[in-house]
Amino acid sequence: MSAGQTVSLPLGARTPSAPASLGHRILQQGRYEALTMLRNGEQLILAIVLPLMALIALAVLPLLDGLSSSRVNIATPGVLALCAMSTAFTGQGIATGFDRRYGVLRFLSTTPLGKGGLIAGKVLAVLAVLAVQVAVVSVVAALLGWRPSATGVLLAVPLLILGAVAFTSLGLLVAGTVRPEATLAITNLLWILLGALGGIVLPPDRLPVVVQDVVHFLPSGALGQAMRDALVGGQLNVFAVVILLGWSILASAAATRWFKWS
Amino acid sequence: MPTSPTPALAIDGLIKDVGPLADHDGRMKRIVAGISMNAHRGQVTALLGANGAGKTTTLECAQGLQKRDGGTISLLGEDPDRATAALRARVGVMLQDGGLPPAARPVALLRHVAGMYRNPRSVDDLVERLGISAFASTSIRRLSGGQRQRVALAASLVGNPEVLFLDEPSAGLDPQSRRTVFDLIRELRDAGLAIVLTTHLLDDAQKLADYVYIVDAGRTVASGTVPELLRQATTAEAQRTLVFEAIPRLRPGVALRAEITVEETRPGSYAVTGPLTPADLAALAGWWSAQGIMPTSVHLASRSLEDVFLALSGSEQP
Repeated sequence: MSAGQTVSLPLGARTPSAPASLGHRILQQGRYEALTMLRNGEQLILAIVLPLMALIALAVLPLLDGLSSSRVNIATPGVLALCAMSTAFTGQGIATGFDRRYGVLRFLSTTPLGKGGLIAGKVLAVLAVLAVQVAVVSVVAALLGWRPSATGVLLAVPLLILGAVAFTSLGLLVAGTVRPEATLAITNLLWILLGALGGIVLPPDRLPVVVQDVVHFLPSGALGQAMRDALVGGQLNVFAVVILLGWSILASAAATRWFKWS
Repeated sequence: MPTSPTPALAIDGLIKDVGPLADHDGRMKRIVAGISMNAHRGQVTALLGANGAGKTTTLECAQGLQKRDGGTISLLGEDPDRATAALRARVGVMLQDGGLPPAARPVALLRHVAGMYRNPRSVDDLVERLGISAFASTSIRRLSGGQRQRVALAASLVGNPEVLFLDEPSAGLDPQSRRTVFDLIRELRDAGLAIVLTTHLLDDAQKLADYVYIVDAGRTVASGTVPELLRQATTAEAQRTLVFEAIPRLRPGVALRAEITVEETRPGSYAVTGPLTPADLAALAGWWSAQGIMPTSVHLASRSLEDVFLALSGSEQP
């Protein structure tokens, strides 16, 4: 910066300050957060690399034999569900936790975006990243021989969105109530626990007996089972949908009540 | 308090409690206990006080970031607790900690924030004016405190606000950036913005503020223009120092009041310190006259806002 600079701002002739439209603000925030997530190496490992490793492992190893016509057919729906948990819960939870620490949430909520727009932008970013994940996982699965039915795909898309909403609410609840370091630990630990034992990629009957009855009530088990029923059998698992709706409502109510912006 | 047109920001009897706090016997603590203030367009209004005096909390209540427990706030005629996007578009905020994502790059971030407004200022102009171009694509976490501060200031201005809140705007700035930032603040004031800033630095208030509220322990203890506050403190009981030069080793040949001390700080230079009144100066002149001394210089240290501040905010010093 030089001392005698003369760059002037057109300060006098003012156009009245006005917000961009609500839709534009949310799209803007969603795009910004999605690009931030996709540029972050750790987030990419969590969002893309680990689900792909799970897919390939399940296609190579005989863990899911006997449940469907092929390993990849029974593995892919669960891996797509895992993608939703990675991005909506762990990835978004950690990002929000640190944004809260650095005052980013407070600053953005003073702009026309506001608190509501900020949350909507986050949901949009999660869905955008999820779309990228689904595209990558589906292509790799197709190369491994995955051929889902049209009915299955039509059912799976809204189910995956519902799952993303449930996990986003849960991620925001954690990020808004504990320190970011704790958010990091909790969401990563739960990702591993639910990923391994939560009924998300491994169906309940391949899990230890003690957890078999519990996983149906977990968001992970409900989403994993609903995705498998849709993409393997072309069936809508109404019970799982109710469980996911329940988690979404409970977690968003709790987040609305207890979320701390600073 | 100026009584001219409707203020852009009017705060009346603001009360804010926090807690329950463990270090407060598990009770609520009242950190703002009835602050009232106005901020007008075309003026810089400063909240001056020590850390923990309640300045930031007052600002955050006015920005709608914290819910108040009592009192009224009118920001551009509206209640900030029910701020709409239209109101938020007219108000720019620079938070004390910046509120910038560490991974972001300054210009990309400013363009993102600009996208929230219909008629934003030119990001390029702001970047050039605040000298941000030199580190335009360095991530925020690698910037110095002063560089971050300038990015945060640009972010608060990009929406072309009518009211601008600046929480500790000079924190971390080197002298040259400080001058750039202060020039910009004055220019924005002259363009008609209502600027509300907090500072614990008296020098900031003295250089920038048209109207100052001195805040201590959650209350406004004094307010006025800088000259008014200086006059106010002149009448208050306060320490002053008169320095005069004469021949060395003068004998104290006159009865000054007990609370006034005379000290020869170096040979021939004397400091007279105490709550000096015109009568004390007459007594001093009587001493010189009686002993036939003609001082080679007499200098009465001028009052700074610091003296006012120290005199008025007794409890905690900055």
